[in-house]
Amino acid sequence: MAKSLFEKVWAAHAVRTLANGQTQLLIGTHLIHEVTSPQAFGMLRDLGLKVAMPHRTFATVDHIVPTDQLVEPYRDPLAQAMMEELRRNCAESGITFFDRATGKQGIVHIVGPEQGITQPGTTIACGDSHTSTHGAFGAVAFGIGTTQIRDVLATQTMALGKLKVRRINVRGSLRPGVYAKDVILHIIRVLGVNGGTGYAYEYGGEVFDRFSMEERMTVCNMSIEGGARAGYVNPDQTTFDYLRGRPYSPQGAAWEAAVERWCGFASDPGCPYDDVVNIDAADIAPTVTWGINPGQGIAITESIPDPARATAADERASIEEALAYMKLRPGAAIKGTRIDVAFIGSCTNGRLSDFREVARHVRGRRVAPGVKAIAVPGSQIVALQCEKEGIDQVLRDAGFEWRAAGCSMCLAMNPDKLVGDQLCASSSNRNFKGRQGSPTGRTLLMSPLMVAAAAVTGSVADAREVFAVHS
Amino acid sequence: MALEKITAVTGRAVCVPGNDIDTDRIIPARFMKCVTFDGLGEFLFHDVRKKADGTDQAHPLNDPRFRGATILLSGANFGCGSSREHAPQAIQKHGFRAVVAESFAEIFFGNCTTLGIPCAAAARADIARLAAALEADPALPVTLDVAAGEIRFGGQSIRAEVRPAARDALIHGRWDAIGELLEGLPAVQALAARTPYLAA
Repeated sequence: MAKSLFEKVWAAHAVRTLANGQTQLLIGTHLIHEVTSPQAFGMLRDLGLKVAMPHRTFATVDHIVPTDQLVEPYRDPLAQAMMEELRRNCAESGITFFDRATGKQGIVHIVGPEQGITQPGTTIACGDSHTSTHGAFGAVAFGIGTTQIRDVLATQTMALGKLKVRRINVRGSLRPGVYAKDVILHIIRVLGVNGGTGYAYEYGGEVFDRFSMEERMTVCNMSIEGGARAGYVNPDQTTFDYLRGRPYSPQGAAWEAAVERWCGFASDPGCPYDDVVNIDAADIAPTVTWGINPGQGIAITESIPDPARATAADERASIEEALAYMKLRPGAAIKGTRIDVAFIGSCTNGRLSDFREVARHVRGRRVAPGVKAIAVPGSQIVALQCEKEGIDQVLRDAGFEWRAAGCSMCLAMNPDKLVGDQLCASSSNRNFKGRQGSPTGRTLLMSPLMVAAAAVTGSVADAREVFAVHS
Repeated sequence: MALEKITAVTGRAVCVPGNDIDTDRIIPARFMKCVTFDGLGEFLFHDVRKKADGTDQAHPLNDPRFRGATILLSGANFGCGSSREHAPQAIQKHGFRAVVAESFAEIFFGNCTTLGIPCAAAARADIARLAAALEADPALPVTLDVAAGEIRFGGQSIRAEVRPAARDALIHGRWDAIGELLEGLPAVQALAARTPYLAA
């Protein structure tokens, strides 16, 4: 019978059925970072347990690292303590740690693919909800909590109920100036922030067939913002071309065998899905959020919703709550909203292609007076490549601060924070209340080029107009 | 590893209304700068409970009438966003033993179950009815009967179901899977040995 990738990967990793009906699922690759793992190692010690497969566990440091300070000790003693705790835990257990001194450090969801650790047909877990990013390679990847990190450390498995699969086809061609970020913001807007509960999303259609790996990662990354526990794209030649020659990719004769195996994991033609959604790529516009969850987005050409025009009481209340927090006027155009901060980075949009696209368009332009603009590469390797290509200089010349790799202002666990009720045009993934470090800070999510357009004009703008994007 | 059989939770309840309450709101990221979960309870819902100057602002958890509540009520898609277990840990360390909401985000639900916190889903109208009863009598004793899938209060009862796998795990004292997962280790090693990318 025809099967989806999810079914095949699940079957290949199911160890046994547990008493409550859940599956004990083998996790091939466990990625850890400094924020959610220390307590798990503590639990392990309390139980007298050891890491079962240290060679299948990989660590990096991303959430708390300052992006303007490379020398330790960090100014924040708590950040320093977390850094040292991870270092100690990795050393004691024999876990490979992509520390800053290795030159391979970065956001965990950028490091895995970059190193070739993320591979098709595998299972991946990480104590971070954006682990769905790795699904871009045809892996089944789960964000987990700390107690489950303990489970994976101790047994290389976790207890999980099987998900349903929703196929999301994005058909046709994207219009110029519309990016992968707009695709996922549009999908979440259409299906809702909890529309994916109980599902893994399988993304496909012509748009995904043509997408680069980095674009696929941007979409899979935000699956969780639509409520889906996992999201993936079937592996194809684009996937294999990306992986060939990476440090952890199979080499020599093993490469051909691996590709053959990986092809076998792709969903079979005609396989059944629990649900299918079709989206016309031509309907997707550059999208901007106006509210306090990632589903509250509109096209750049639309107006901010008016609660008076809401059809349901629930919708009215949620618009009112969002607008009160965001201090935005109902019915006004989103275009022209003044911004204070522009942030380009994060596991959603902190990759080489993001910075290349921005640099291509901001060359010779200047960040508007009064706007603080920061560009934070997702990894040291992204940073180095940008520096080789002169992208950092283009951005600096334009008035951006060029920082060191980390999660930075996506969640502001490091010193990069909004102040007061500053409004930030952000290429990150969450616009929750207080997300960017100030309890009253405000976030507008958008593509990196839209952030750049906001940075140079000082207000939310249509990047297609600002940069004359026609093709 | 003998775990408590969580068949019911009885106590006072408090309603924190709203849909899509995310884990950043439950515990803001800056409080995750820690290497243990101890002490997270005091920061539960911090940024919506405190003003910029650190003084309290109106919030159900600041309302003295609801002090000591052990059952938390809320709206749809509770616990969405970040997978941080710091959120259920903060809820538990604040003193809550159960969460009742219209629906739950997936990762949050799993994290709670693993900590022995039942997450029961109830209809919006029923939650509103319970919330109204609590408003009238904040000291009203409320029982979430995990096994029966209902909440009883003041002579009334409403449906409140924990999803079957989690319910079974809670009532049979199997909510922390580690013991069972460890028992499976020989089978895990055997499967890993015949899984090409793990055997290599």
